[in-house]
Amino acid sequence: MSRVTKFAARDPGPSARVAGFIAHLRENGLRLGVAEADIAMAALVEVDAIRPDDSRRALRAVCTGCKEEAERFDDLFDSFWMDMGRVRRKVMPTPSSPINDGVHSSRDAEGEDAGTSGSVVEPDAEGAEADSDGTGKLVATKQRNLNRRDLRDLVRPEDIAKAEEVARRMGAALRDTRSRRRIAAQRGDRLHFRKTIRQSLATGGEPLRLLRKKRPDRTRKIVALCDVSGSMSVYAKVFLAFLAGLLRADNAADAYLFHTRLVRITEALRDKDAMRSIGRMSLMADGFGGGSKIGPSLMRFADTYAKRFVDGRSVVLILSDGYDTAPPELIAAALQKLRKRGCKLIWLNPLKGWADYAPVAKGMAAALPYLDAFKPANTLADLADLAALEQELTTL
Amino acid sequence: MTWTDLKFALAGEGYVASDDLAVALQLALSLGRPLLLEGAAGVGKTEIARTLSVVNNTRLLRLQCYEGLDAAQAIYEWNYQRQLLTIRAAAEGGETGKAVEDRIFSRDFLLERPLLAAITQEKAPVLLIDEIDRADEEFEAYLLEILSDFQVSIPELGTIKAVTQPIVILTSNGTRDLSDALRRRCLYTYVEYPDRTTELAILKARCPDVEARLADQIVGFVQKLREEELEKTPGVAEMLDFAAALMGLGIADLTEDPAVLQSTLTTLLKTQVDQAQITSEVAGRIAGKAA
Repeated sequence: MSRVTKFAARDPGPSARVAGFIAHLRENGLRLGVAEADIAMAALVEVDAIRPDDSRRALRAVCTGCKEEAERFDDLFDSFWMDMGRVRRKVMPTPSSPINDGVHSSRDAEGEDAGTSGSVVEPDAEGAEADSDGTGKLVATKQRNLNRRDLRDLVRPEDIAKAEEVARRMGAALRDTRSRRRIAAQRGDRLHFRKTIRQSLATGGEPLRLLRKKRPDRTRKIVALCDVSGSMSVYAKVFLAFLAGLLRADNAADAYLFHTRLVRITEALRDKDAMRSIGRMSLMADGFGGGSKIGPSLMRFADTYAKRFVDGRSVVLILSDGYDTAPPELIAAALQKLRKRGCKLIWLNPLKGWADYAPVAKGMAAALPYLDAFKPANTLADLADLAALEQELTTL
Repeated sequence: MTWTDLKFALAGEGYVASDDLAVALQLALSLGRPLLLEGAAGVGKTEIARTLSVVNNTRLLRLQCYEGLDAAQAIYEWNYQRQLLTIRAAAEGGETGKAVEDRIFSRDFLLERPLLAAITQEKAPVLLIDEIDRADEEFEAYLLEILSDFQVSIPELGTIKAVTQPIVILTSNGTRDLSDALRRRCLYTYVEYPDRTTELAILKARCPDVEARLADQIVGFVQKLREEELEKTPGVAEMLDFAAALMGLGIADLTEDPAVLQSTLTTLLKTQVDQAQITSEVAGRIAGKAA
């Protein structure tokens, strides 16, 4: 009846298992340190640890830090603590070690979670192969690996460095919009009279401390949405490097991929190791090079993430060729919704670089009225030109 | 106290918490860790702090965050006016400089803002830091210092150490990503919209006078409405307003009069686009489905 994992007799005890669980979470991309393992133990003492649901809730509260992690946590928890039910069904070559199989991929083999790919996977493909002796790790099956294209083959570290430079310039150009009003600042260019006089009360009307004010930078946030459908795969190399560079250069930037679904890749791309972040992204971009549903993806963006991350100070960059399999009205409706949030919309189309290109694709034509700018971009150089253009854009 | 006891105690004060939330809250209490709650607006994040303070019979100190919130408004400030008046009075009374100085920089002249007040209470209060995502990142860094050490340094006065450690609850609507450092220090729970049975229990707890059939219809209607594509999805508070509006109008059945139903929708739909989208026919259809 119980699905709870049976541990080997030589298992050193509960604390080691909790440590193992923390390590398991860490391998699956959650950022946890020694302190968390400590709190996890303390938390398990507080609840009735015999009851799996209580332990699950307690560990979820301790080990997760954002919505995405909380959603993944259940699968990760099951794969470590509750894998008996699944493992038993598998044919075991050596019955003496029923759970030391390590690669608990029966879930994938049954084709259960074809839709949720990218949620629970080993972030580093090489690590996955080396790590076949552990207990209950979730790793992708070979079958899925074949379907997935590794974006690391497409993007080289030099490209990212170059793109980072371009993105940094672009970010700087967009950000350097100053506010009209001045606010108090330590090193300002003008005297803050009101504050100085107010402060002089404390010194008997003698303005001993002179306070200053300056015009603050009104930072603009760049939100990039990149189309990775089949028709765009030729340009993917440039754009993915650009996204990686953009997120590394600008802490406030936000990035998404879409083909038939929309995926937020900001978290993955923030990884300090550039190539590893591309690796994590390629795991999330399942369905890369497939069909494209621009309208529904943009609509989904406008309905969900945009509500949180897009405001009047945002610039939304859409990197797409505008070839859509869904009705074009959806694109128009989605862009209209986005516009209402007060952001600037810039569409970068790789096809626009071609001689005598006209935006005849229905999706592109529907989008045109809502765009603040419609620019060509198919090489990094084009994107660099864009940085120069941004100065005009800010005056829009 | 186990989490089921806590859940029961909260229900006694009219807050129906999910199991996840109850466990997280119980851990926050027993481990002395701050609890970070995220979720859409109107799912009861702020209310939980209020209820917890009632259950624990302690004070609720609330710090509403906003862009530009600084230490003077969040931690402490000297009462300048009072200091000035004291100096004048002292000058007339012929007091010497040193004595006056010592007096005007004493605790009497310190205006305690929520964060300082929270650590100087006799009985551990509930400290609610509401909508932390609205505050600047600099403030977040300052908050981290207080949440880890529970002490405040005032140059003129010295360090004030916590008398009791407050129960800290932070809420966020997710308008920006919080720093990893802050997330690491906190326990975390994502608060979802309640499911049908939970929401029914909330309605019963808050409006005991609603008839069972109408309550069922109200909750069914709001649950169905959340599935529609709306700009602003109605939360629990809106659902309670809706119920109050229906009760005020003396309606016993949602499906009976479409015109009245439409007029009460102002409590649920808060943008012009949403109101235009949910026409009287659509509302009638949803009400029919929910019934």
